[in-house]
Amino acid sequence: MSGNRLRPWLLLTPALLVIGGLFGAGLLTGLIRSFNYMPVIGLTRPDLDAYRAVLTDPVFGRSLGVSLYISVVATLLSALIAVPAALLLRRNFAGRGVVSFLFQLNLTVPHLVGALGILYLFSQSGSFARLGFAAGLIARPADFPALVFDPYAIGIILQYVWKEVPFIGLIVLANMQSIGPDYESVARSLGASRMQALTHVLLPLIAPGLTGAAVIVFAFTFGAYEIPLVLGANAPVTLPVLAYRSYTDVDLAARPQAMAMAMVIALLSGLMIALYLRASRGGRI
Amino acid sequence: MMPLRTVRVLSGVLLTLWLILPLIPLAIWSFARGWRFPALLPNGWTLQAWDYALSPTSGVVQSLGVTVWIGLCVTVLSVLIGLPAGRALGLYQFRGKPLVHIIILAPLIVPGIAVGLGLQGVFTGLGLTQTVTGVVLVHLIPTLPYMILVMAGVFANYDPRFEDQARSLGASPLQIWWHVTLPAIRPGLIVGALFAFLVSWGQYVLTLLIGGGRVETLPLLLFNFAASGRNDITGAIGMIYILPGVLILLLTDRVVTGRSLVGRL
Repeated sequence: MSGNRLRPWLLLTPALLVIGGLFGAGLLTGLIRSFNYMPVIGLTRPDLDAYRAVLTDPVFGRSLGVSLYISVVATLLSALIAVPAALLLRRNFAGRGVVSFLFQLNLTVPHLVGALGILYLFSQSGSFARLGFAAGLIARPADFPALVFDPYAIGIILQYVWKEVPFIGLIVLANMQSIGPDYESVARSLGASRMQALTHVLLPLIAPGLTGAAVIVFAFTFGAYEIPLVLGANAPVTLPVLAYRSYTDVDLAARPQAMAMAMVIALLSGLMIALYLRASRGGRI
Repeated sequence: MMPLRTVRVLSGVLLTLWLILPLIPLAIWSFARGWRFPALLPNGWTLQAWDYALSPTSGVVQSLGVTVWIGLCVTVLSVLIGLPAGRALGLYQFRGKPLVHIIILAPLIVPGIAVGLGLQGVFTGLGLTQTVTGVVLVHLIPTLPYMILVMAGVFANYDPRFEDQARSLGASPLQIWWHVTLPAIRPGLIVGALFAFLVSWGQYVLTLLIGGGRVETLPLLLFNFAASGRNDITGAIGMIYILPGVLILLLTDRVVTGRSLVGRL
């Protein structure tokens, strides 16, 4: 019996060692260095200076703000589009194969490629600006509204919506298919309208899966680096871009601050894990 | 009001357009000979960008090789480490399981940049920065959780009593693995492995931090060409970069629907 109790732990050991040794070590080292503790270069007295400097810096505040704004808007928009898209893909219609293939294809396209595509579409000399010129709406590139490198981060949000609608949509679709049509049929036969069956029966059933997917999207968009690097404004930059910039700053004193920012990012995403677990626990009927 | 059917068809068409739209300018750029504002289409068509991308001077082919090699190493390691862990999570109930779940989920949620900055310090001390080995190791952080979760799902629907029966009939552990376990988990294993490969394939910031610019994978090269304003070469590399995803998708589509040769081999 004791052999049986040990068995799962034996099977888990390599994975836990690798995750602990890489992920854990990365976080722990970041944490220690964020306290200005780095004996190799003579820093032997840990303090909170980096956190003090970061948290009182208005640049950090603006970056945190723009990162949260982007994540909230991108996650909400993606979820709002993904649910009707999943409802559409659940039905049989001409061309469904094409749309679901594109949905899956989109998942395999690296984020950087998507970001460059959005850049070539929406920049002031991009495809839409050219269409605007051809239609006589604008006379020169500068007339085209700034949709990339812009303060509202529209380009970044568009890229996330492009990538995450299929991600959330496919999770919700899988959810819907495992729930099956029976609950809705019962509601309909009891006199519920199509809309009522959707809002009172189907949506509550898919809510846990949807929330779980949305949490993953929120955490990803909050921590992504290369997308805001390609499409973002010069200031304020998103928090991950700011952290990377401080880390590669010629002034080595900025490094503990970069680590402190990394810890803030990790902490906020830790909150996401808590939310995710609550959501997935709510899913157990 | 529009009939519901029309709304569906219209939204289907819009969705399709939106899904392929960002890839179109990249594809056009890769064949464009001069394409200045406000021209809707290039002045002429050429294979120059492709010629250059595929020539040894651009470094794309070497970079492709490095990226594939890293992806393969990461996939093999993810399978070797993730398969037993998935079995443990899918088949056993044990004390501490929720905590293990959190530990395995954490790298999916905590962004790479938050871990990568600290890890770069660790890897520098170990001499692993600027090496392919270091990049392979750091890619395990995002790939392993996916692999484990996919395999946990597979093993949750797996009946280990078949293994007991094989054992009572005198099969060796290796025979049991080859003739009983592997055939049962193969479709899920393939999906998990392809997933791990694609996740490694898409990594940018972890490669940048640990590879230090020395290990130049395809996304790093793509970014450099994009930053230098070579839209045509960027387009060509972008097309090369999405190709494995398309191939893998065609392959898994078959695996999942059971029509695949791979599934029967």
